[in-house]
Amino acid sequence: MASIDLKMAWRNVWRNPRRTMLTICAIAFACLLLVFMLSWQFGSYETMINSAVKIHTGHLQIQAEGYRDKNDIRLVVDDPAAIGRRLEALPRVDTYTFRADAFSLVSSKERTYGVLVIGIDPEREARTSTLSRSLQEGRYLEAGDADEALVGKLLAKNLRIVPGDELVLLGQGRDGSVAATVVRVKGIYASGQDDYDRSTIQIPLPYFQEVYAMGGSVHEVVVLGRTLKDVPVIKEAISEGLKSEDPESGLVVLDWMELMPGLVEAIQIDLYSGFIFYFLLIVVVAFSILNTFLMAILERKKEFGVIMAMGTTPGRLVRLLLLESSAMTLVGIFIGTLAGILVTWYYQVHGFHISGAADVLRQFGLPERIHPRLSAASILIGPAAVLIITGLTALYPALRVRRLRPVEAIAKG
Amino acid sequence: MNIVECVNVTKTYRQGKMEVRALGGVSLRIKKGGFVALAGPSGSGKTTLLNIIGGLDAADSGSVIVEGNVLDNMSQTELAQLRLRKIGFVFQSYNLIPVLSALENVEFVMLLQGVPTKERLDRARTILDDVGLEGLYDRRPAELSGGQQQRVAVARAIVSDPAIVLADEPTANLDSKTGRELLEMMGEMNEQKSVTFIFSTHDKMVMDHARRLVLIRDGLLADDQDRDP
Repeated sequence: MASIDLKMAWRNVWRNPRRTMLTICAIAFACLLLVFMLSWQFGSYETMINSAVKIHTGHLQIQAEGYRDKNDIRLVVDDPAAIGRRLEALPRVDTYTFRADAFSLVSSKERTYGVLVIGIDPEREARTSTLSRSLQEGRYLEAGDADEALVGKLLAKNLRIVPGDELVLLGQGRDGSVAATVVRVKGIYASGQDDYDRSTIQIPLPYFQEVYAMGGSVHEVVVLGRTLKDVPVIKEAISEGLKSEDPESGLVVLDWMELMPGLVEAIQIDLYSGFIFYFLLIVVVAFSILNTFLMAILERKKEFGVIMAMGTTPGRLVRLLLLESSAMTLVGIFIGTLAGILVTWYYQVHGFHISGAADVLRQFGLPERIHPRLSAASILIGPAAVLIITGLTALYPALRVRRLRPVEAIAKG
Repeated sequence: MNIVECVNVTKTYRQGKMEVRALGGVSLRIKKGGFVALAGPSGSGKTTLLNIIGGLDAADSGSVIVEGNVLDNMSQTELAQLRLRKIGFVFQSYNLIPVLSALENVEFVMLLQGVPTKERLDRARTILDDVGLEGLYDRRPAELSGGQQQRVAVARAIVSDPAIVLADEPTANLDSKTGRELLEMMGEMNEQKSVTFIFSTHDKMVMDHARRLVLIRDGLLADDQDRDP
């Protein structure tokens, strides 16, 4: 029984080949676009996140509870070495580093600005962040350096300094004392994020601890996992370890989403605006399907009347029509999804070069060449949405057939 | 035994604000095995009566009984089942399913009835041979002449052994030679298989072949001639 239904449906689909081809092309194009665009979005988000975490936040940070909101210099990680030992034991952790931060005034010969002074472990920092690779002038810090500093490019411009110049730092130490020192500019960096480059200075961590009376403590232990997918596992492992060892440690583990809520929001906005566009695209395709089937029903009214006269129930006729729409939709989805996978795969391997947008992309931590990333989600979400919406659309003309009366259909067809 | 019984059947169509009376109270009994022509000029109501007997249209009032089944209050699904089991249709313009071959068109009704594949194919081939279409099984309707298409339509109508075949102007689109051959073929089916044939027609040749001629004029029975020996 099903075989003749399928045979009829398939042959009916091709009764008007030009119209069918146009409809199939519309469905296929929508699927191709959806597979590519979703892969593009997911791929660029991953690139964006991986780039952003390597500028300064890392995938995870261990901090004293409340430090992220208050930035109180007294909220510290007392024993970073112990945390480091725990991290060494986690195979999914790629690398980690320690940092300490303090808001201070920085003065050159001509100008004074409020900045964030960051104490870094030069060797560990070079493995964890892109700081060492983003130097534009001068040299990177080395182990053993003391009163030397790396300055963000825009801050250096505002302070009108070059490598070799001296800067005066004036802030408050952890114990409430005045923290004051003079450092020499060793290098100038450009992370690509203007806000960061306008407001930060990096000095060696031991020197920071001395100037700001930190003892051996730090404010952040910055962790990079091997992949983005490792983040929840590492977070869980560290949190459990901290709780079991010392429930009163007062330390918390924050992931990149908590550390960079702005980035998460930007991704969500991009995703939602993308979904609105995709929905409109699918609606246009759905109207194409609707048009095809309404035309088919108008043209074949007499035939439906005859089939009903022969004893076909209205329900069976509806099934037959839905089979036709499904056959056409599935062919379009198959072709479009396959083409989408092939096109996306090509750009996944070779990358998509966006010339002229380098500055804008750098603000989001993106390289000039973006690689879309195929995944089960990016392959299935779009075509599944097309299948559901076009299926619902085809229901309307198919259900209209239920109202047909054989004698009217035969007479007016 | 009456296979069709119509009692005081009326039908009025509405065309815009106008009402057109198609049947004004027709009562008619047709015996099993009959070869009956409902004749009359265009607009006389003969096709309306045929459609009501076939459950394709509903009477406004009166009663229609087909092989013991009262059609008056049946749902669309019940009427579809009745047509599937008891009634075969032959239309003026053949009305074969264009995407199916001759064999598949004949198979279609048996498919709806759930006849097993082998039996279905055997019966479809046999009936196509009987109507003179041996070797044309795989031709689509567009590849057959008008006469051949109407033969497929007759084969389709009788293949599932219906109680009645209702034929609406079956020879109207055929030349006289092909029309005569078709009528003779249906006559043979009527005699050999005892299938009741009811035609609506204004073709004199069909009226001449009929063993009972029912004349309808202005929606009323005008004459009823029984020519059975």
